[in-house]
Amino acid sequence: MRVIRIAAWVSVAAFILAAGAVYVLRPNLGAIPGQLPLAAGIGGPFELTTHEGKRLSSADLAGTPFALFFGFTHCPDVCPTTMLELSNAMKALGADADRMRFLFVSVDPERDTPEQLKLYLSNFDPRITGLAGTPQEIAAVAKAYRAIYEKVPTKDGYTYNHTALVYLMGRDGRLVGTINYQESAEAQLKKLRRLIGV
Amino acid sequence: MGSAVRHASIAAIGLGLLAYAPALAQEFKAGPIRIEAPWIRATPAGAQVAGGYMKIENTGKDADRLVGGSTGIAGKFEIHEMKMSGTIMKMRELDKGLELPAGGSVELKPGSYHLMLMDLKGQPKAGDKIKGTLVFEKAGKVDVEYTVRGLAGGGHSGHGSGKH
Repeated sequence: MRVIRIAAWVSVAAFILAAGAVYVLRPNLGAIPGQLPLAAGIGGPFELTTHEGKRLSSADLAGTPFALFFGFTHCPDVCPTTMLELSNAMKALGADADRMRFLFVSVDPERDTPEQLKLYLSNFDPRITGLAGTPQEIAAVAKAYRAIYEKVPTKDGYTYNHTALVYLMGRDGRLVGTINYQESAEAQLKKLRRLIGV
Repeated sequence: MGSAVRHASIAAIGLGLLAYAPALAQEFKAGPIRIEAPWIRATPAGAQVAGGYMKIENTGKDADRLVGGSTGIAGKFEIHEMKMSGTIMKMRELDKGLELPAGGSVELKPGSYHLMLMDLKGQPKAGDKIKGTLVFEKAGKVDVEYTVRGLAGGGHSGHGSGKH
């Protein structure tokens, strides 16, 4: 009997410890897919160069909702997948997609010139705007969006770790929601429709 | 008339089968290592890198490793792991190769392990066949042929074709 009671207390203690560990080790809220705190001040001023070689600043976007994704053209998987899925969604939206902007911000200033972005984006919906910048300009926009990007050396070159969210920004330039990697086409479309208000 | 329709439908079935033929697992062997349906994802214009994927089964009693290889389309060949850490996509080179446990199988697929083919000499297009090799620590070198699938790939999003 006594043994059972001790065992019971041991299991209670183990549970409390485990629960505590889960609580302490939980990823910060910003890293839980779909649960970015909306009021956390994500978004902010930036100025970059489009794939057409023109300057684009956040002020130019005032009053227009937009979707923004950080990536790079030497990215084999998540970037082309996201661009393809956004292109599919834009096709489904048809003319409604013209009521917002779609931005692909490169985190790779060394290789992604406006010309390289232009070539890369020629595969996708022409309404996607590629944005290149100096290392400082990219650092600034990433900071404004609390996005992570880090260069990772490999044997023959380098690649990047980066935040793979599509940020959905409202007319007031504030975060409305996000689209996460591998979210269904239906869910993506629904979120974009809600952003545009159609 | 009826016969023409019949012939047409037979032809349609034949074409349908032809269309499915590439989907039938193409298999390559190196000793106890079986490589199933290696494929490369078509790339956007301007891309300098492509991802290579396949399923590798190790039917042997000893663990082995995929340590390298080559393809006819790229100057460089690396083995990478991609994973999502929360909302961050993380990529790293497996500099010691990819472990293939004895009696187990490992899948290289979008969103996970992949071959990172760099310095592309051309743009792989859906339907292309690309010759290459894979090098295993114990099983040695084996010739394989990759089939190029559309940009949407054969991954999670479930669009098998390259149409978009």
